[in-house]
Amino acid sequence: MTTSFHRLANPARFQKFARRALPWSWAVAVLGLGSGFVWGLALSPADYQQGDTVRVMYVHVPAAWMAMACYALMALLSASFLVWKHQLAGIAALAAAPVGACFTAIALITGSLWGKPTWGTWWVWDARLTSVLVLFFLYLGYMALAGAFDDRLRGLRAASLLALVGIINLPIIKFSVDWWNTLHQPASILRAGGPSIHASMLWPLAITALGFAAFLVAILLVRIRSELALWRTEALMRRQTRGMT
Amino acid sequence: MSAFFDMGGYAATVWPAYGVTIAILVALVVVSVRSSRRRHRVLERLERETRRQRDP
Repeated sequence: MTTSFHRLANPARFQKFARRALPWSWAVAVLGLGSGFVWGLALSPADYQQGDTVRVMYVHVPAAWMAMACYALMALLSASFLVWKHQLAGIAALAAAPVGACFTAIALITGSLWGKPTWGTWWVWDARLTSVLVLFFLYLGYMALAGAFDDRLRGLRAASLLALVGIINLPIIKFSVDWWNTLHQPASILRAGGPSIHASMLWPLAITALGFAAFLVAILLVRIRSELALWRTEALMRRQTRGMT
Repeated sequence: MSAFFDMGGYAATVWPAYGVTIAILVALVVVSVRSSRRRHRVLERLERETRRQRDP
């Protein structure tokens, strides 16, 4: 695992991997999200307490998982950038931040839509909701910091530090529903003793989550290749201006 | 069919949730792919120019 991670730090090897992995991850993303959404909207049963609002779960829960997974990945990449000076890792973290922000926005908005009929309110300042809002601002802060310096590498270093400090928020999100009293329900999938929801809801959730995960991989590959092109362009331009003077 | 679109009276909850999700995901793809294409075009042009300067 570690060796393959280090091997991918070579841009040429990464490009080769991305070219091969992209069509597959797009295919799984489209199939998983498409069938998962149809299953969740039309084929899965309504909940005996929540009625049809439970269908929001199939977008809300996987989006929230991906929002957290993306942050964990971003922090891991930032660490490898700061410790081993892998520039590709730093660039990959930079490419991941807007993706994570989008997933967090989806989790927040769909959660708010779900909260209105089930809790009677769009928003409460409780531990779970607030910590996810903090996650959203961590993504925005990372992006702002990365773009705040003329020297891109310095900006990336500062942002990477923020990404590492912000990782403290992940366990807070995960355990917020156990540590504090909250309107948000506790975990029903990733919990000790196994999932507590019925297979008729667990399956569409699993398929949609797979689709979201494949989407995350695909969009990350696209965005990392995009960042690499930008950084290479700027390196070439610097070399040219140096050659002229 | 209309019962399906009515979502047991929760149409205003379920449909916007899926709509927002799909809209954000599609927007993310469009923005990312477009900017990637633009950056690759610029890079390729620059690489061609650099090669021409090096061995005219």
